[in-house]
Amino acid sequence: MLSYLLKRLAIGLVTLFVASLVVFAVLEVVPGDPARLMLGMGASEDAIAALRDQMGLNQPLALRYLSWAGHMLIGDFGRSYTYGVPVRELIAERIAVSLPLAVMALLLSMAVAIPVGLFSAARRGRASDMAVMGVTQLGVAIPNFWFALLLVYVFAVTLRLVPAGGFPGWSAGPGPAFQALILPALALALPQAAILARVTRSALIETLSEDYIRTARAKGLTRSAVLYRHALRNAMIPVLTILGLQFAFLLAGTIIIENVFYLPGLGRLVFQAITQRDLIVVEGLVMLLVATIILVNLVVDLLYAAVDPRLRSPR
Amino acid sequence: MTIGQALRNPSFAAGLAITLAVAATALLSFAWTPYDASAMDIAAKLQAPSAVHWLGTDHFGRDILSMIMVGSRNSIAVALVAVGIGAGLGIPLGLAAAARGGWLDETLMRLNDLVFAFPALLSAIMITAIFGPGVFNAIVAIGIFNIPVFARVARGAALSLLRREFILAARAAGKSRSRIAVEHVLPNIANLLIVQATIQFSLGILAEAGLSYLGLGSQPPMPSWGRMLFEAQTMIGFAPHMALFPGLAIVVTVLGLNLLGDGLRDVLDPRLQEQR
Repeated sequence: MLSYLLKRLAIGLVTLFVASLVVFAVLEVVPGDPARLMLGMGASEDAIAALRDQMGLNQPLALRYLSWAGHMLIGDFGRSYTYGVPVRELIAERIAVSLPLAVMALLLSMAVAIPVGLFSAARRGRASDMAVMGVTQLGVAIPNFWFALLLVYVFAVTLRLVPAGGFPGWSAGPGPAFQALILPALALALPQAAILARVTRSALIETLSEDYIRTARAKGLTRSAVLYRHALRNAMIPVLTILGLQFAFLLAGTIIIENVFYLPGLGRLVFQAITQRDLIVVEGLVMLLVATIILVNLVVDLLYAAVDPRLRSPR
Repeated sequence: MTIGQALRNPSFAAGLAITLAVAATALLSFAWTPYDASAMDIAAKLQAPSAVHWLGTDHFGRDILSMIMVGSRNSIAVALVAVGIGAGLGIPLGLAAAARGGWLDETLMRLNDLVFAFPALLSAIMITAIFGPGVFNAIVAIGIFNIPVFARVARGAALSLLRREFILAARAAGKSRSRIAVEHVLPNIANLLIVQATIQFSLGILAEAGLSYLGLGSQPPMPSWGRMLFEAQTMIGFAPHMALFPGLAIVVTVLGLNLLGDGLRDVLDPRLQEQR
């Protein structure tokens, strides 16, 4: 198990390293001079040259990569070309919106999907199972930003229960902030919940056909005890895998959803930075997202061992 | 299995019917639409659905049904070519990795890990934003992320086949590895690949809609479902029909493809059907 995890860790680090090369290289070929961008249209050539020098843009490529990657390792993501503040501050400010949003969406998705999966698996093949699976099939097909628009129409425009967009900040207390995040979280969660419910159901059905389930029933356990105590726990491995993958989808989904709701989060920041050619922000954010995804996958690998003791013993 | 037997699978039958209907609508749009999809009629702007404009009009008085019909071409074309890129490059790579093994396999699989570490949507946004928005770049951006998916499926399926006796027999008969891959492995994994292609097709439709919504897909005046939703957003308070119908078009198309994929999997592999 330990060697397996060490191998996963090594692969994760190599992936991160190669990813940093790719991100650096891709943004290196992008047309446009950051110094010219920062100083604006009317800047003199001398001033631009001086700033290029100051920003280290005249150094050799390899040196610039090492300096960029090295600074990032100690948490220094550089200074935004357009905002003029350290990228780290921008990220810290925006993550206070995106992280709660992603976590809320993930929790909502699990809170809906796992009971639905249990319900369907327990009633496999019956009309209620078919109906629920039909609904999840529909859920998978709904684009989250369209669902977001429908939610805005119903809950913000028609019922006026929550704001249609914007974010009041956490300083006003958790109430208004929570209200501003609930629709975006729902919009992100529901399509994911549909997928997760389908995976939970099929994982449970697979587990229910195992011999140890029959043994548990034979020794006199009730149907629900078998379902919750034995089947659910053993069905968690595929569910965890999908959850890990979904976290990446959620992070990417925030890019669109934050634009729908005008939320000042990481997704909106990265989208704005890309369109404004604020490359140092893009680089920092993409690396942060990639690192997060690699880390989440590692955690999922660790959780496998926690859920399934068979994986802990040496193979 | 005959087509008649296959149609008894409800998922397959419904998926096929929806998909054919969407394809027929897209083809019909070349010959006929109720109105010219780009013709503006300001006097008739923001009309709710009626007998004259079945799905209403937008803020320029354009007919929404006509725009959805023409927009379907765009969605289908982008997703189809993106699947073509993914399958065309991914399947040979996956087969080669399975047949050769060793460093080639290891390198390809690590590259796979790398691509999967980038959220596809984020990278697609980066690609289209950096190289300019438009249909071509959207296709490339979506297509790139189909490559590792097909490579992984082809490799996994091929690996389990390569140990079977008939492959060994073909080896013993002196056939080269690449001939075996094409003549014996590919036909036997085609089922899986077709199912995967259906799934990637539906994901491509969703991805294209997302990119267009952000303004990075096809550009005006070519109508696209994603951009119609973007334009509808600011008018949701007084013209909700503008947001409703393009979204329904996406849902119906994706639902049809997903049902078709699910149905195909059951129809092509009877063993799975019994497990469910």
